[in-house]
Amino acid sequence: MAEKMAMAKAINESLRRALDADPKVLVMGEDVGKLGGVFRVTDGLQKDFGESRVIDTPLAESGIVGTAIGLALRGYRPVVEIQFDGFVFPAYDQIVTQLAKMHARSLGKVKLPVVVRIPYGGGIGAVEHHSESPEALFAHVAGLKIVSPSNASDAYWMMQQAIQSDDPVIYFEPKRRYWDKAEVDFEAIPAPLHKARVVREGTDLTLAAYGPMVKLCQEAADAAAEEGKSLEVLDLRSVSPLDFDSLQASVEKTRRLVVVHEAPVFFGSGAEIAARITERCFYHLEAPVLRVGGYHAPYPPARLEEAYLPDLDRVLDAVDRSLAY
Amino acid sequence: MTVESSAARKPRRSAAGKAGTTGSKTGTTAGTTGATGTKRTTRTTRSTAKKSTDPELVQLLTPEGKRVKNAEYDAYVAGITPDELRGLYRDMVLTRRFDAEATALQRQGELGLWASLLGQEAAQIGSGRATREDDYVFPTYREHGVAWCRGVDPTNLLGMFRGVNNGGWDPNGNNFHLYTIVIGSQTLHATGYAMGVAKDGADSAVIAYFGDGASSQGDVAESFTFAAVYNAPVVFFCQNNQWAISEPTERQTRVPLYQRAQGYGFPGVRVDGNDVLACLAVTKWALERARNGEGPTLVEAFTYRMGAHTTSDDPTRYRGDEERLAWEAKDPILRLRRYLEASDHADEGFFAELEAESETLGKRVREAVRAMPDPDHFAIFENVYADGHALVDEERAQFAAYQASFADEGGH
Repeated sequence: MAEKMAMAKAINESLRRALDADPKVLVMGEDVGKLGGVFRVTDGLQKDFGESRVIDTPLAESGIVGTAIGLALRGYRPVVEIQFDGFVFPAYDQIVTQLAKMHARSLGKVKLPVVVRIPYGGGIGAVEHHSESPEALFAHVAGLKIVSPSNASDAYWMMQQAIQSDDPVIYFEPKRRYWDKAEVDFEAIPAPLHKARVVREGTDLTLAAYGPMVKLCQEAADAAAEEGKSLEVLDLRSVSPLDFDSLQASVEKTRRLVVVHEAPVFFGSGAEIAARITERCFYHLEAPVLRVGGYHAPYPPARLEEAYLPDLDRVLDAVDRSLAY
Repeated sequence: MTVESSAARKPRRSAAGKAGTTGSKTGTTAGTTGATGTKRTTRTTRSTAKKSTDPELVQLLTPEGKRVKNAEYDAYVAGITPDELRGLYRDMVLTRRFDAEATALQRQGELGLWASLLGQEAAQIGSGRATREDDYVFPTYREHGVAWCRGVDPTNLLGMFRGVNNGGWDPNGNNFHLYTIVIGSQTLHATGYAMGVAKDGADSAVIAYFGDGASSQGDVAESFTFAAVYNAPVVFFCQNNQWAISEPTERQTRVPLYQRAQGYGFPGVRVDGNDVLACLAVTKWALERARNGEGPTLVEAFTYRMGAHTTSDDPTRYRGDEERLAWEAKDPILRLRRYLEASDHADEGFFAELEAESETLGKRVREAVRAMPDPDHFAIFENVYADGHALVDEERAQFAAYQASFADEGGH
């Protein structure tokens, strides 16, 4: 059975399926119950599964993640929502010092299957702290897995896999793509959670992205095609682990790589990709790995975000610079 | 000072009934009935307080080892046998001996660090022995006495202080969670675990340990909030040992810590943390409340950190000997010994035998630590993830190749 639906709805369906399949799965966060979440991602879940499984929490992010850890220790599989990217930092300590390390500290005796959902990224004209892309701050921490779907189908299946994972998963939801619709096949056999996918084949250059920037890269590839350039687009899907094998295979073919993300490029995931692909593909590369992303400045006020965020022209500019080598 | 003056107030246990979250059930538990119970507590504590500046607290054994009546809490230790009393004494003596051995092992370079519990034996043994097997304990990094009560092999506690692991025991083996070094984090884990217990419909209880310093942490405040609004079966056991490294309790709070509970809508009680009987009774009461669905309780065990914060600390820089001497007079082990002797519950043979057992324990700990091997280098890469991670695999392979390059050199 397949159905065309928006990403927000796909995540909702995935949570519903998980709640239905496993009584240990819990959904918790601020406003996730009656309201259904500020983006309505959890709409209707509390009505169907009750207040003890879809839990409106006090307004305290550290408390949400900290109690989710305790619930996981008791055998539950909590899926917690952080309402917005910029609000995760009160929980950062619990995520970094506790959630990420418990399995190693217990020599494998304790597993913490906690999913932390974070709507992230800009492009929706929001106020301060509602548009950030902090994925690199989590990717730096061993013990966490970090994924970000780019479309409704991946959003559905990657949530299923994240909940089934015995490791903590930070699940970054590209909020500006919440309303983009795509076909979701509920009986599909999904790709492995941390495997990248070639969404468009090409020969001249690889564009690598995840989450909200995949769609932009596809548009850039369309535009470049009109100019006779053949761009390959790789949807990385997972930031930790990163699928370097797929990146390497693509770059060995195209010999050029541009990484695109909304997060600041400085110490961003693009920097890590550039370093490792340079190591792996040094003799294949015709140009340095280029990055397109945010600047080393606080996320700007909404009326400036258009200038701050990567757009079609900035991606194509990087493509041109790479091809000019 | 505010602390001094407010310290004289009586415990506000009746507040729970008024606040509503613990609600109508409060009155059904023995010893928790509002006004009369509180009055009795007050009378008891007044009779044992020497000076008006002494804080009011629940006390069943005076520092001189005299048993004093307490209408509210006597019931929780009413059936205690001489054998059980000797057991509490033995627990405290062996825990102190273990602790002393660990301190010595640090001085000998066998441990990198040790956080001594010296002086806090009664708080830990009393509360630890109040727990049931199916209860779950969330410790800080100083709960060696509680670990002892839970049946955790004391040598298991030393791995992280020796630097061979960062925890190293199976928390579910004894329902004793790993030590938590970041201050206060575990109170949220305890609360979440307790929320899970309630969801499961079990009648187990959870106890979270923390200190006066941790009471300033946001996580502790958030754990109070979560525990209160979800009526979680958790006991917050605060060992106020007067010092957070160099900072006295006045740097953490302007009101007695147990009074914090009132603002969250659950009862808070201060107990003499150097009185093992009182700690046992009050913790039993609090755990029973949790089991009965009456929600969280804050217990402030008023005690004293006799030693340094850790072996890396130098308390002479911030506190004087006279304070320590005053607390030595209230020593938890000494007072139970006085009581045992005065009641003819223990003879010289018992004490001599225990002395020998202590030395055997010390020797066993010493030998176990010295025999603890350094972990294999590849342990770095073990258990980082439950389901594996490509980068960890890659780096492990690189590390192996690098190590192997030395083996080749050595072979020539």
